[in-house]
Amino acid sequence: MATARRSRLATTRSLITPEGVDLQIKLADAGTRAAAFLLDVVFIVTAAIVATIVALLGVGGLGTDEMQPLFIVWIILIFFLRNVYFIAFEAGRRASTPGKRIVGIRVASRSGAGLSVDQVIARNLMREIEVFLPLSIIAGRGGMGVADTLTTVFGLVWALLFALFPLFNRDRMRIGDLLAGTWVVEAPKRTLMEDLSTRQDPVAKAFQFSHAQLDAYGIAELHKLEEVLRRDDYFALRTVAETIGRKIGAAPQEHDARPFLTAYYGELRAHLERKLLLGNRRADKHDR
Amino acid sequence: MSAPVPGDAVRGGAVRQSLASFRREREADWKAFEALLARVEKRAPRTLSEEELLSLPLLYRSALSSLSVARATSLDSALIAYLESLSQRGYFYLYGARRGLRQRIGDFFLYDWPGAIRDLWRETLVSVGLMSVGVGAGAWLVASDKGWFDAIIPSGLAAGRGPDASAELLRGMLYSGDNGFLSGFAAYLFTHNAQVAILAFALGFAFAVPTVLLMLFNGCMLGALFQVYWAKGLGMELGGWLAIHGTTELFAIALAGAAGMRIGTRIAFPGELSRMMAAAHAGRVAATAMVGVSVMLLFAGLLEGIGRQTITSDVARYAIGGGMLALWIGYFYLFQVVRNGDR
Repeated sequence: MATARRSRLATTRSLITPEGVDLQIKLADAGTRAAAFLLDVVFIVTAAIVATIVALLGVGGLGTDEMQPLFIVWIILIFFLRNVYFIAFEAGRRASTPGKRIVGIRVASRSGAGLSVDQVIARNLMREIEVFLPLSIIAGRGGMGVADTLTTVFGLVWALLFALFPLFNRDRMRIGDLLAGTWVVEAPKRTLMEDLSTRQDPVAKAFQFSHAQLDAYGIAELHKLEEVLRRDDYFALRTVAETIGRKIGAAPQEHDARPFLTAYYGELRAHLERKLLLGNRRADKHDR
Repeated sequence: MSAPVPGDAVRGGAVRQSLASFRREREADWKAFEALLARVEKRAPRTLSEEELLSLPLLYRSALSSLSVARATSLDSALIAYLESLSQRGYFYLYGARRGLRQRIGDFFLYDWPGAIRDLWRETLVSVGLMSVGVGAGAWLVASDKGWFDAIIPSGLAAGRGPDASAELLRGMLYSGDNGFLSGFAAYLFTHNAQVAILAFALGFAFAVPTVLLMLFNGCMLGALFQVYWAKGLGMELGGWLAIHGTTELFAIALAGAAGMRIGTRIAFPGELSRMMAAAHAGRVAATAMVGVSVMLLFAGLLEGIGRQTITSDVARYAIGGGMLALWIGYFYLFQVVRNGDR
């Protein structure tokens, strides 16, 4: 529990709006960012392959006379894909590439001000030495048939040094982020879910809890209970119902797990919210 | 929230605020804000009606205030997460884009690009100086020992040019005209040079050392080639061959090196700022310069691929090269647009 909260706090940064509200943005973790990058690479490579096939078909269909304009278009397209893809998408309104959008993250300015195009350009040009340069060194050596172990090892070490850079600083920044003054934050799109405490359940009305029973848990447990109820997994509900039942000395029927938990959640939340209004925030069950 | 006290329910028809009614009353505003955000994130704000546009900041503030209330009074973590995500999206949208794309592009060519280049003047001088030193060194090395030529210029790039090539071959290379593949070659040259420039910029991060070496080496290659032609009495002709695009291209590469050096030196000597802040400041100036550099390289690629192969008169080549250089210098250093008010 404590570790979970610490790791959550470690990736949460305060972002205070001009209106004075702390938005508490969460930094994207390294795995999510790697996934987003891989998705983008897949998109770029797919587009490059499609462009190449279309160009080859064009040469086949139109004959070699038309080769020159096709070649120009192709080479410029590849250049754009490699260098402009990231910049164009991140300079857009949503400040994220398709890959980032899929995993729900975006680029933001560390200062909290608006993200400028210069920043997007700086962070993406640095990708050249972070990823493409070592890769092209290895590919170039391999193509010439002189990929000895030393250059390969050197290329890999270089690539890893930069690729793992985000793991070595508190703010999970790439070199590019560091230079541009940006970071990558979580920007999930959430839908408004139902309020569990207003859920109408005829069986749940039968359960009554005493003050002592409601004092057994705090806010952390309430949130866990909310999670379990929203997930609505039969076995998880039963296990949790048994645990709570044991703790507060109530024994619900086995098939009553869901209504029992719904009733307990509603009562516990009302109880804790009442305390909250009176200035007593009870963090968890150990908090007195 | 708790059981209602008798006689407290409705008095004079006024709605009494409670935690349950909080969500009920505000929900419509949140949904409206969410729908509006989804629209403006996909399409330009122009598609909104005036009324909707004016309601955007109001709805944003209402969402923020709901978030504050929810954090203080509610323990529904899904509700708080929803409001946090909504407020964050609203914040990034409303405070994010301050200038439209067209205005940004205009600003870039009028102020930002020449401004960034002017800001880098010291590094640019160093960069040009390093290249000149490289040219001198390259020429001197090849003059003292022919073997250096092969060491400095890779055989693929030399394409038969070398200290032992005949004057006719060398001359032929300078004036070989149309070979049918010109513009494709220009496009190739542009992407190649842009890649070199990006490298010069990106390597600056390592305290500018690799950038300095790259600039020296670039100069060295030029010097070695020059010495070979000079020895055959073709110095002036090579000058024209290089000048037509070289003034633009070499200037662009020098600027890219300057941008890299700015970053490297700022990381090494951050001054009063923290190292991170200094790097971020330098990175932004350098990035602006780099976009300009790729524009210059596009020009250079066109001049090299098309102009050089079709224009074979030395005078015309020198005139175009000198004209381009004068144009760039005038644009960067002499032409200063005064900015009225703040942007």
